[in-house]
Amino acid sequence: METVLAPLVGILVAASVYLMLARNLIRFLFGLVLLSNAANLTIFIAGGLTPAMPPLVPEGLARPAEVVANALPQALVLTAIVIGFGLLAFALVLVYRGYRVLGTLDSDAMRFAEPDEIAPDTSRSEGRVP
Amino acid sequence: MNDHGLAPGREIAGRGGGTISRGGGFGWLLAIPPAGLAVAFSAALPTVMGGGAVRLAYDWVPSLGVGLSFLIDGLSLTFALLISGIGVLVALYSSAYLAGHNHYARFSVYLLLFMVAMLGLVLADNVITLFIFWELTTVASYLLIGFDHASAKARRSALQALLLTGAGGLALLAGLILLGAAAGSFDLSTILASGDAVRAHQLYLPILILVLLGAFTKSAQVPFHFWLPNAMAAPTPVSAYLHSATMVKAGIYLLARMHPVLGGTDSWIWTLTIFGAFTAVAASVLALRQTDLKLALAYTTVMALGTLTMFLGAEATVAVAAAITFLIVHSLYKAALFLIIGNIDHATGTRDVARLGGLVRAMPVTALAAAAAALSMAGFPPFLGFIGKELKYEGALAIASEPLFVASAAVVANALMVAVAGIVALRPFYGTPSTTPKPPREVPMRMWISPVLLAGLGLTFGLAPSLIADALVQPAVTAILGRPETVKLALWHGFNLPLLLSVLTFVLGLTAYAVHPWLRRHLIAASGRLPMTADQVWDRLLDGVKSLAAMQTRTLQGGRLHRYLFVVFASFALAVGTALFATGAMRVPAGWPDLLLKHWAVTALIAAGAVMAAVASTRLTAICALGVVGVGVALLFVMFGAPDLAVTQLLVEILVVVLVAMVMLRLPGFEQGSTRRIRKLDALLGIAVGAVVTATLLAVVAAPFDRSITAYFETASVPEAFGRNIVNVILVDFRALDTFGEIAVVVVAALGAYALLAGTRRGKRP
Repeated sequence: METVLAPLVGILVAASVYLMLARNLIRFLFGLVLLSNAANLTIFIAGGLTPAMPPLVPEGLARPAEVVANALPQALVLTAIVIGFGLLAFALVLVYRGYRVLGTLDSDAMRFAEPDEIAPDTSRSEGRVP
Repeated sequence: MNDHGLAPGREIAGRGGGTISRGGGFGWLLAIPPAGLAVAFSAALPTVMGGGAVRLAYDWVPSLGVGLSFLIDGLSLTFALLISGIGVLVALYSSAYLAGHNHYARFSVYLLLFMVAMLGLVLADNVITLFIFWELTTVASYLLIGFDHASAKARRSALQALLLTGAGGLALLAGLILLGAAAGSFDLSTILASGDAVRAHQLYLPILILVLLGAFTKSAQVPFHFWLPNAMAAPTPVSAYLHSATMVKAGIYLLARMHPVLGGTDSWIWTLTIFGAFTAVAASVLALRQTDLKLALAYTTVMALGTLTMFLGAEATVAVAAAITFLIVHSLYKAALFLIIGNIDHATGTRDVARLGGLVRAMPVTALAAAAAALSMAGFPPFLGFIGKELKYEGALAIASEPLFVASAAVVANALMVAVAGIVALRPFYGTPSTTPKPPREVPMRMWISPVLLAGLGLTFGLAPSLIADALVQPAVTAILGRPETVKLALWHGFNLPLLLSVLTFVLGLTAYAVHPWLRRHLIAASGRLPMTADQVWDRLLDGVKSLAAMQTRTLQGGRLHRYLFVVFASFALAVGTALFATGAMRVPAGWPDLLLKHWAVTALIAAGAVMAAVASTRLTAICALGVVGVGVALLFVMFGAPDLAVTQLLVEILVVVLVAMVMLRLPGFEQGSTRRIRKLDALLGIAVGAVVTATLLAVVAAPFDRSITAYFETASVPEAFGRNIVNVILVDFRALDTFGEIAVVVVAALGAYALLAGTRRGKRP
């Protein structure tokens, strides 16, 4: 199964890189979502795959009787899913706020902090941080 | 001519007094630490004279083999005595010269720091310790040269010295690390004993080049000579110290120290001989060109350093003895002469040789000291300088490889030294008195005692050379050559070739002195035709580095997200891909895996979702595609025994879709910013990164897996944490702090998002 899932992760990463390189920030965010999915899958696969055996200890036993799925990557991925969501939510609001203030979703046009050196941008003079 | 360095008159004027002796107070206390050290070092003399060495050790970073250990042998003791002894006299002098200066306390700290750094450098018995003190001298010299921080010239000179010797220091560090690797130890004692192994090592040439770069920058060999004359921006006592016993002698010390390890090969002999000879002759010509006394003297230091380098290239005992003797001679007369020029500057307000004359009547004591120091510098008997010069000729003739070349370089350099000695020490004191900015008067005792003592030592050692021959020169030569040597110094060697060369030197030197105004005019005219000086080359170099940095910043940090990400992803693909390829970790799976239909279905679902999200032209399609991917991943989790993950993934996926959809309502469409060509490049990079990730993951799963941590959690889950869902137990018990951190992240993200949204509501903008 790993030999199929590894290329799948590759496809996810390729799609997310392609999206993150777009100048449109919404595409960038979608790329971020795909990238965190790819990262979670990577951790999950790297910990070894065990079909259909959740890491549970049956009643009356002190430890699992047979081989169960690796619990450690699951714990890590669980944390990663939640943090990835927090990151996305914050980034989403940041993009929204950026659009409200700067009036664009084009990352190349957002030059408030780093105005173009060749042709000094006018955003520095008119733009102000609200 | 007070543009170089401090103008004592100007500073003192603020205090309403013309004489310096009034200030000072307890400034002379500065001389006590060096005096104590000098006495302590003298205690080691008997041991070292007997051929022994004193070693003090303290484990500093034992894991790296770096020890704070010190070795007092003939070589380091000679340097230590010069540093601390001249330190006493310089400190005493400064207490009068800088008396009443606002920053005298700061000056004292810098000077002591400098002295300690130099002492540590020459006494270190570990090359890493040596390097640290080496850099400390660089830092201390930066502070001292830039002491007059209000002057732009002083700041520039300080920075130049720092950058140049600092760069050399880095080369030295690399060389010393390689040396340590080649010798198997960072301890100097061990390295010194493994000279044959190092010379036969394949890294010998890189080691030699790097170490010589360090030594040549520090000791101002051409083409790195220009920082030293500029360093005169320092107060005069500092120049005296810097030029005589410290800083510039660090490189000489290094060459001498490394002689038994790196010396003796053709590359060592030729590099040192050629660079040294060229530096000696070029610097003595440049010295003759100057009209500023201090500048002329500064170039003679470069000449002395060239001579020392040239002789340290040799293997012959007498050549090395010549180097050590000349080192002592030079330290004594150079310190004296710098202090004397400080006196002249202080008493008359100028250092321009053309404006000085007949000072002997007003300043008899200074004139006496000047005459004695100058005679030693010019190498007249019965001064120590004469013995030094005779030894140099004897040493030059004993050098097997190129006696004629070395001897003629020595004769030319020495003859010009005679002329410069005359210019510096005769011209200002004799001849017709000229009008100077201030009427000359003798300086107070604390300012003439040091030069008198230094010049007097030059005479004493000249009359009784066995004093230093047994105590310093012979042990030092023994240490440099790594074999017991006997060195005898004497004024009279009989009628021989060196004496003949001496006579030739005097004739040439006195002729040069007689015609020096004419010579100087022609030298100035000739140098005006040069395309640019080394100093200007340095400026060009610095400008070049700055514009390179600016260009690089413009290219790499242009403020465009696309470019940043492109560079990051491309570097990732390149670095990881290269590592995979180079280590041979790439694994190609054999055959098709035997999978159930549901596995294929889910995999295809996720892949299709990802591709669709990437190419979608409307936002709604993209959001749907993202949802497909998220649900697909959740299904995978279910299939491989991770129901907790699947539930969380589903919940989060729903939240993401809701959030994104809500925000989408308030944002414009999905327009494409970049051109098609750039998007093609982006796609290629995406595929490359994806391929590298795939290959990495395949390599990871092919490697043997260590389940010991999981095994621990499985065993401990019920007995220790009383939980049967192992994933939950890990999250809330074993790794509870991680989970706490995760919650904190979500809270911070929520607070941040709230603040951003609240701000948007208040400050309504179109």
